[in-house]
Amino acid sequence: MSEQTTVAGSQVGGEVVPATPAGGSGAAETRADPKPRNNRAWWLVLPVVVSVAFTAVIPLMTVVNFSVQDVFSPSDRIFVGLEWFRSVTRDPEVRAAFVRTLLFSAQVLLLEIPLGVALAVVMPRRGVWMSVALVLVALPLLIPWNVVGTIWQIFARGDIGLGGWTINNVLGINFNYTLDSTDAWITVLVMDVWHWTPLVALLAYAGLRSIPGPYFQAAQIDGASAWATFRHIQLPRLRGVLTIAILLRFMDSFMIYTEPFVVTGGGPGNATSFLSILLSKIAVGQFDLGPAGAFSLLYFLFVQILCYVFFTVLTRSGR
Amino acid sequence: MADIRLEGVGHSYDGGATWALKPMTWTWRSARAYALLGPSGCGKTTLLNIISGLLTPTVGRIWFDDREVTGVPTAGRNIAQVFQFPVLYEEMSVYDNLAFPLRNRKYPKNEVDQRVRQVSRLLGLDDLLRRRSRRLDPGRQQIVSLGRGLVRSQVAAVLLDEPLTVVDPALKWTLRSKLKEIHRDTGHTLIYVTHDQTEALTFADEVVVLNEGEMVQAGEPAELFLSPAHEFVGHFIGSPGMNMLPAEIVGGVVCVGQADVGTAAGQSGDGLPPGPVRIGVRPEFVRVTGARTSPGVAARVTGIDRMGAYDLVHTRVNGHPVIARTAAGSACRPDTVEFLHFPEERTFLFRDEVRCGSLAPLNGRDQA
Repeated sequence: MSEQTTVAGSQVGGEVVPATPAGGSGAAETRADPKPRNNRAWWLVLPVVVSVAFTAVIPLMTVVNFSVQDVFSPSDRIFVGLEWFRSVTRDPEVRAAFVRTLLFSAQVLLLEIPLGVALAVVMPRRGVWMSVALVLVALPLLIPWNVVGTIWQIFARGDIGLGGWTINNVLGINFNYTLDSTDAWITVLVMDVWHWTPLVALLAYAGLRSIPGPYFQAAQIDGASAWATFRHIQLPRLRGVLTIAILLRFMDSFMIYTEPFVVTGGGPGNATSFLSILLSKIAVGQFDLGPAGAFSLLYFLFVQILCYVFFTVLTRSGR
Repeated sequence: MADIRLEGVGHSYDGGATWALKPMTWTWRSARAYALLGPSGCGKTTLLNIISGLLTPTVGRIWFDDREVTGVPTAGRNIAQVFQFPVLYEEMSVYDNLAFPLRNRKYPKNEVDQRVRQVSRLLGLDDLLRRRSRRLDPGRQQIVSLGRGLVRSQVAAVLLDEPLTVVDPALKWTLRSKLKEIHRDTGHTLIYVTHDQTEALTFADEVVVLNEGEMVQAGEPAELFLSPAHEFVGHFIGSPGMNMLPAEIVGGVVCVGQADVGTAAGQSGDGLPPGPVRIGVRPEFVRVTGARTSPGVAARVTGIDRMGAYDLVHTRVNGHPVIARTAAGSACRPDTVEFLHFPEERTFLFRDEVRCGSLAPLNGRDQA
């Protein structure tokens, strides 16, 4: 079987890859070679390359194209070099949105990761209640983004929303997310925690389930307290899933758009105007394609770099 | 240090439909080294987990001396247990791993240090103390796990569940003798679970054989070899295992086919009722001769394994295989007929797998 492949490979390879000698003698040589080289596998990558080109690279290139031009109309455009990149990075509104989004992501991670792990630890491991708990926890994940936004938009309202009404009339705290910046921020943050903590919880739950029983038995034998068991057995073994959870939650929260758009529309003022909301305002609202293109690329680049840094730090620290 | 007494202890994982461990009464004597020997799935680990409290038995009570611990959780029992595969606190150093059981029990700092260093010296871990435990190879990891089991000075017993499975064979011997040494020094009660008879026989003061959830025999290694009380012990201990040959007791005489091989003596020296019986004799004690010297059984040689130091002669008696271990260079040839002799003091009779008696000389009775 392998010999057949090698022979056929060298013949076909001879036509495709010039480096491989063609013809019968080539086949014999390939067979004698202790490590036959065959580059045909590259063809298997082709479908991926093509589909990625159409779904990612080409759209991205049009953005690159816009980012270096000032477009007045399809026929009237001027090459402006890095002008838009300079103006976007200096724009105080963009800078404020950047800091705001970074702060939001940090708060999301600080709340959702510990909460998710805590939830996973207390979730039942077997029996009917395991299924019940899994379904209940997973429920928010099944709701579409803008429906989540709508739910919270209504829920947090002071007049007809259960949450907002309770805070105003039962707790006696004046809460109005359409007027107060802090209230709006808290609403969006709590909504995200409600929507996405389940993802962290499910990942952590799967991670906890994969710990072999003897680890817990050994902890009992060694007289470890519940906290010590968590700290020295469960937490270290959650490293992998938590790395994924942190990356996913960072990326998602840093790119958050739909829910705050539905709930607050970025307001009041600019209080919840995150990078993506600002970007859509520039690109779709004002139709400034040049600045929007430059903005998009910087946004994209920053997410990539930060994910790389997270990933490197988290995986290195484990060695 | 305490005697561990099991009183009618049994366990069932399926609510009593089948017993993983049939109810048994048994005492593990303080400061002895036991081997718990049996095939996979015979209930060895279940028994260990019951002793350590990881499992609460379905029936029965457990006593440490005169303190009943049946309902006491693991942490309250002061038992050390080492598992078959390495279980480590992976982000900790080797030192911290060894110190962990002591720190949890609030040992003073200098005693922790002293115990850890003592154990690490015994197990040859001195150079690795500062290493992060997850970066060791599995064999070393298992030695660290073993160390964690041995680090506490005051334990009722140390339970070892096939602890050397993942350890390099060359290191196995060293570690086993280390364990014996440690046992001699500390006087801990050791219960060592294994399915390897050599390991069991070389390690233990007393070997307990478990089969299908039942304790079939307990005794010193030589006793199990020379005088098995159960067919299973005969099979399981010894390599090759004991020969089992169907026979019949007729009028107090044991016959194999047409040949009488001796009289039947019951356990207390009396006779045995007539009926079918199985003769058990180890290959080491079967004597092979070319001519019939009374009372012998004719056997057809089917093959000979030359093992170097000795030969194994494979024969068939009335279609049943019997192996004899002879001196090297046996003159037997395949497809010839030889005669097998079963020495009375080493030949036993079994009914329903349990030993019911032994062979006695024919005492001048007439031969058929």
